[in-house]
Order: sequence, then C-alpha cells, then structure tokens
Amino acid sequence: MLDIQKYLRLEMFPHMLCPGCGHGIVLGALLRAIHSLKLSQDEVVVVSGIGCSSRLSGYVDFDTLHTTHGRPLAFATGIKMARPELTVIVITGDGDGLSIGGNHLIHAARRNVGLTCLLLNNEIYGMTGGQAAPTTPLGKISTTGPTGPFETPFDSCRLVEAAGASFVARGITYEPATLEKLIVAAIQNPGFSFLEIISDCPEFFGRFNRMGNPADQILAQKQNVVDAKTAATLPPERLKGKMLTGILHHEPRPEYAASYQESIAQMGAQAR
Amino acid sequence: MEKMTKPVQLLQGNAACARAAIAAGCRFYGGYPISPSSEIAETMAKLLPRVGGKFIQMEDEIASLAAVIGASLAGMKAMTATSGPGFSLMQEHIGFACYTEVPCVVVDVMRGGPSTGLPTSPSQADVMQARWGTHGDHPAIALCASSPGEVYELTVRAFNLAERLRTPVILLLDEVVAHMYEKVDLGRLAGLPVEDRRKPKGAPGKLEAYAAGEDGVPAMAPFGEGYRYHVTGLAHDSRGYPTQDPAVVETTQRRLQRKVDRCRKEIVSYELLQCEDAEVIVFAYGIVAAAARQAVRQARQRGIRAGLFRAITLWPFPGEELAAAVKQAKRIVVAEMNLGQMTGEVERAVGKKKTVKTCLKANGEAITPDEIFSALQAEDACHA
Amino acid sequence: MDRYEIRLSGEGGQGLVLAGAILAEALGIQCGKHVAYTQSYGPESRGGGCRSDLVVSDQPIDYPICSQLDLLLCLTQKACDKYWVHLKEGGLLIVDSTRVTRLPSGSFEVCSVPILRTASVKLGREVVANMVCLGVIANLSGLIPREALQKALLERIPKGTEQINQRALEAGYGLTGALTPAMAHAPLP
Repeated sequence: MLDIQKYLRLEMFPHMLCPGCGHGIVLGALLRAIHSLKLSQDEVVVVSGIGCSSRLSGYVDFDTLHTTHGRPLAFATGIKMARPELTVIVITGDGDGLSIGGNHLIHAARRNVGLTCLLLNNEIYGMTGGQAAPTTPLGKISTTGPTGPFETPFDSCRLVEAAGASFVARGITYEPATLEKLIVAAIQNPGFSFLEIISDCPEFFGRFNRMGNPADQILAQKQNVVDAKTAATLPPERLKGKMLTGILHHEPRPEYAASYQESIAQMGAQAR
Repeated sequence: MEKMTKPVQLLQGNAACARAAIAAGCRFYGGYPISPSSEIAETMAKLLPRVGGKFIQMEDEIASLAAVIGASLAGMKAMTATSGPGFSLMQEHIGFACYTEVPCVVVDVMRGGPSTGLPTSPSQADVMQARWGTHGDHPAIALCASSPGEVYELTVRAFNLAERLRTPVILLLDEVVAHMYEKVDLGRLAGLPVEDRRKPKGAPGKLEAYAAGEDGVPAMAPFGEGYRYHVTGLAHDSRGYPTQDPAVVETTQRRLQRKVDRCRKEIVSYELLQCEDAEVIVFAYGIVAAAARQAVRQARQRGIRAGLFRAITLWPFPGEELAAAVKQAKRIVVAEMNLGQMTGEVERAVGKKKTVKTCLKANGEAITPDEIFSALQAEDACHA
Repeated sequence: MDRYEIRLSGEGGQGLVLAGAILAEALGIQCGKHVAYTQSYGPESRGGGCRSDLVVSDQPIDYPICSQLDLLLCLTQKACDKYWVHLKEGGLLIVDSTRVTRLPSGSFEVCSVPILRTASVKLGREVVANMVCLGVIANLSGLIPREALQKALLERIPKGTEQINQRALEAGYGLTGALTPAMAHAPLP
C-alpha cells in the first residue's frame, strides 16, 4: 500500500496551486511511478524551472532544486554529469521548457543526457496571470494575445524527437493511471526521456476561453487526442486536428553521462 | 606526462588558470567557447578527464553556469570561464549562486566592449559588471591577476574563498594576461593550501539546510547523500523553503552580506610599491599594474616620488587599505582600461582632500608605461 | 642583462609562433632568465600577419609587452614595413633577402639573409624556415648558448622531425657564420 505522504514535505502545505489545476494529478502519478520503481528517496533529484508546474519540486521529499526560468535542464545536466547514478527528474512547463528554455531542451535531447523531463503543458503562463505561451492554440485568448495568437504553437514531442531524445511520449491528466505507466517507462529509459503532459489551467486559460469548469476541461482533453497505437490503424482524415498520446518514440542509444564516465574510467585504466 | 611534472614551466595565463583549478580540486567545468577565454576550456577538456573530472561544452553561457551550479550541488568543485558577452549572460545565475549559496568560480577574461566589441583585445571594462551585474543586493568577491603566475595563485584562492564562504567568486583576467606566457614555478605553487566546503556533521536526517552559525556560512550537503533538502532562488527560510516573511527575508539578505564582510581582511589583498614617501600614487590592477610598475620605476629614476597601489582584490574594494597607503600622497592617478569605472571607488576611498587624476584607455590597446609616466608627471589628467 | 625585446614577424604558416616558444623556452627555462612571451591573436593573425614577441631580462619583467625592439626579424615585406619603426636605436633588423627587398634605414643595423630559400632549396622543406631563423638569431645576437637552443627545440617539436629541424637550426648558424655579433653591431646584452 502506497503511503503518498511519505514522499511529501507536509510542512510545505497547503500548496499554492489553484483549485482545479491539473498539476496535482501529475504529481500524484509521478510519486506512484517512483514508488512502483522502488527508487530510494535519497537517489532521486527533482529539478524544476519557474512557473506553476515548477513549484512542484518544493513539495516532494527528495533533493530538490528550484532553478531559474527556463534553465532546469541545464542545472540537471550538471547534476547528472557529477553523479550519473542519481535519477534526475526535471519538471518544467510549456513556457519554461519551450519558450525561454527551448534551447536547453533541444540540446539535452541531442546529448541524450539521462534526465526524465516532464513538460506540463497548460497552454498558457499561469503563474504570471495568463499570458500567451508558445503552446497557446491558434484562436485562443490570453492577456497578451487578446484576439488570439497568430503564431503556430509548438508540437513539443515532434520537436524533441527531431532533436534526438531516445524516449518521447505524451499523456493527459484525464488518464492518471496511463500517465503513471508513461512516467515509469520514461524513467526506465536510460537516456533523455521527454514526456509532455496535457494539463489544464482553469483559472486563466479555461476562464478566458470559456471552457467550463475544471472537470469540463479535463474531459475535453479526451476529445482532442488519439492513442498512438489506435492512430496507426486509422485513416488520416480521422486524425485531423488530433494530438497523439502514448509512447511516440523509443529508440535507446548511449546515455551521455554514463558514456562520459566510462570513457574517463578507461582513460584512468590506460594511465595505470 | 613528463611535462606535467616539470616544476618550472612556461605557462600561458589561461593554461595556468586551468592547471590551478585542477590543483584546487575542481572536477567539473561547464562552458561555452568565447575569445579570449577559450584556452581555459580547451585545457580543461583535455586535463579534467585524466583526473576523473568532467568537462561539458554547454549550449550557451547561461546553461554553462547552470550546469556548474548543478555539479557543485552534487558535490563537485566546479567552474566556468567566459568573456564579456558571456559574462553578461551568466549574470542571472551568479545571483542564483549567491542566493542559494552554491560555491563556484567564474573566470571572465575581459575584452573590449560593449556588445561584441573587440573580441581579441584587452580591456578592464567588466569590473563594475563583476560587482553589480546581477540584480538585487548581494555580496561580491572578485580577484584580478596581472601575470600568469598570479593567475595560478588567484585561481586556487578563488576556489578556496568560494568553498569557504559558499559563494560564487569571480576571477578577472584580461586578454594580455590570459594569452602571455611566463615562467611559472609549479613546484612552489603545488604547496598552496586547498580548502573544501564544510559538510553537515552527523548522519543525514532533517537538515536545516540554510541554518548558519557565527560565521554565517551554512554547512553544505551534497545532493544524493540522503539529506533531501530544497534549494530555490526564491527568498527562503533556514530550511530552504520559500518565504515572503519580511523578517526572514531581511535576516537572510543581511547574513549573506555579513558572511563576506566579516572575512573582508582575509579576502582583500593588494601590493604596495614605494608608497611610503610617494607624492603621487598610481592605482592600477591587472595588466595595467604591470605597466604602472615600470612607470613608477621610470619616475623614481627621474626623481619623481611615485608609488603604486596594485589592487589584487577588486571586490570587496580595498578602500581602507588604499586610504592608508595614500595618506602622505598629494595625487592619485587611476590607470585603467575603461572610462573610469574604478575611479569613483578610489575617489570615495581617498576623500576630497586628495587630487584624483585618471589615465584611461578603452580602445583595445593596453595602457603603456610611458602613458602612465606622463600622467605621473603631469598635474593634469592624461587621457591616453 | 637588462630588458631585451625580440619580435619575430612574417605571415601565418611560417612557424614563428613555435619559433618564439622555443626561444622563450631556451632563454627562460634552459638559461634561467625572466621571459614574457606574447603572440599575435585574432584577426591580426587571420589576415595573414603573424607576430611573436619576447621580452627577456635578468630581472623580473614589469611590463610584458614589446614596444622598443632590440631585435626584429621580418620574413615578409609587409611585416618589415609595419614593424621597423619600433626598432630601438642601435637595434638589429634581420630580414629575409628574397621577401624583403625594400629596406628601411635608420640608426639600426640591418642583416639581410636568405632564410626562406635556405629552407626550401638547401633543406628541401620551407616549413623549417622558422628553425633557420632561430639559428640566425642565436648566432647574431649571441643571446643564447647553442645547447640551450637545441634542448628547447627538442622539447617543443613534433616527434620524428628532430633531424630536419636540427639541420635547419645549424643551417641558420651557418648562414651567418661569417658574420659575428660584433660585425652585425647587434647590441650585446
């Protein structure tokens, strides 16, 4: 039986997320995944950037590092290089990971450094009051895009796959059990694992765009996605406007920090 | 390997920096290539793996210092090196390292600016950026070397101060010092003391990660050893948890400043040359101090009672020490390769009764001994 | 010996940076003098020009940058045109006789020798012109004992090239064998 409180810093509660925010569902799935993998709390490090999702690092009882806006992957790369034996999990948001931190994301993927990156996508900047994100869909309103953006949003999974990540997946907060399985698979991949999680922001994105209550918004996720396995059997017209979920790409290749460690060990052996 | 063991070697300033870093225990380097600092990265890329250390070329300077801070939190002594434009990009993380109290060394090989400026020419125009480049109140430690041998010594010192005080330390070089070769006695320098960060006493338990004693410096636990604590760039309490409580925020701010201030005497270093009876004293640092030394000798030969105050520590500014050294002097000539960034500090330190003149140059050329000599002779300022 | 400034100048590929390093090693490490060695860097070297500067002294060196040259070696006309004005009164200018045809005049000695041709014709490898330079400099300046230079050379050159480089060094000594430092009126330390 999982005692989820064991993984929480109860002294940090109450948390600062809004009622109806989907990020707590992700946190639950993450902790269950860590529990099912039987990882010791001492060997897990959680690193995050700036934004609502990045606040999650403060609530969990591991070594945790709440960094600067957009840079958690760069900090995490230093940790993983220094201690390749640690399980390093990065929590970032769509603004943090794809806008200000986009460069770090593609380079972490290219290096295939052994980090598990959870990108919580709520399609808006929530912490600062609802400004446009690089994921805000065409036609959706934000405070800095009052008539909706004219910019095409990123498909983060395709971006990260192209950059070289060895594991790419997408999950939704509507399916917490599936999400947990995806997080387990992501952590198990030794290289760079990327998991985009569609979350919701009822306070800003939902309210601005008249998307109903939080439950309505979570239910709506299901309408917009098709599981990757099912998608393979469907004709293209049925996939129009849909996002794929599940494991989208998994092609293991040598992990950066371990490869480096191995190469210096060999160098040491030669020197002796 | 034979070259590694010869005690006296011809070493380039940048190479001396890398060699000293390794001697000081640095085992992680994260950096991005930029002239005129790249030889530091190149040397580290080659040497670090041989001692079991890690080198990584990051995607930019922001990421470089981020990786350095990450590695330092994971228990490795860590550094990066850059030049003006990269130093600008690193500023946010210098503040992060100050506030989260993560030891690290940042080397800035100064080149002409602003902007891309003069990528391969010397300058000293980052001295104020080293003090106030990152936002918010924070202590700053910056050292400045004027020869490759001194680069070695100050690199070791930079690591020692960073580790002792849990704060980023900046080492300022300029293109000339970084690229020139001179004899460095590695045998003698091998004996320099090396300090390590203080770890928490006792077994991991509930750690109050930012609780400090009299010296204001909390013990530092490496990630991955069971202490399980939180590090954030938000204002935080002694547990490391975010807080907006004004009393707690104020206490932390003042502790950070105090932990450096109370060690001021150990941090501040400088060199005096013939100041005792000097009527005119040059204030200089870095490569300009080398020119000033020659100018002072020239002046003495001509019967001018000249002296030199060479600042080695730029931040904290050696103001009290300067004021004491210039007591009997009438004039002070501030010579620097910028438009007078330190002149204000000097004026503040020596008071209104002294005449402060300048010998400034910001065109990519080093200030020459002759230019400083003219400034020593002239009653008026010399704009070289 | 007081401060003595040497500049080797020419164009990229002539090996003057390595020659300067060998000279610095010989004087600094083998002979125990104080040395400060700097080289051209950045666009200056990319544009084809190349400069390698050495300050030598028995006393610690205050200022490491050359400004009043005691000895200037030029392997191109361009370098000669650019740098001869920095020669000290009584200094020594050594030029390559094929590449430098317009000689400046002033109160310094000029020695024109076929450095590049010696390397390419006599030794069959133009790349060893830098070692020929070292032989010429050592012979004319009397600054460095032959053994010190040979030792420094062996420290710095790639393995397998010892023979050709040593022959080049000797050829440099030979080129100016008839000239003595006194005849060239080089300022002796």
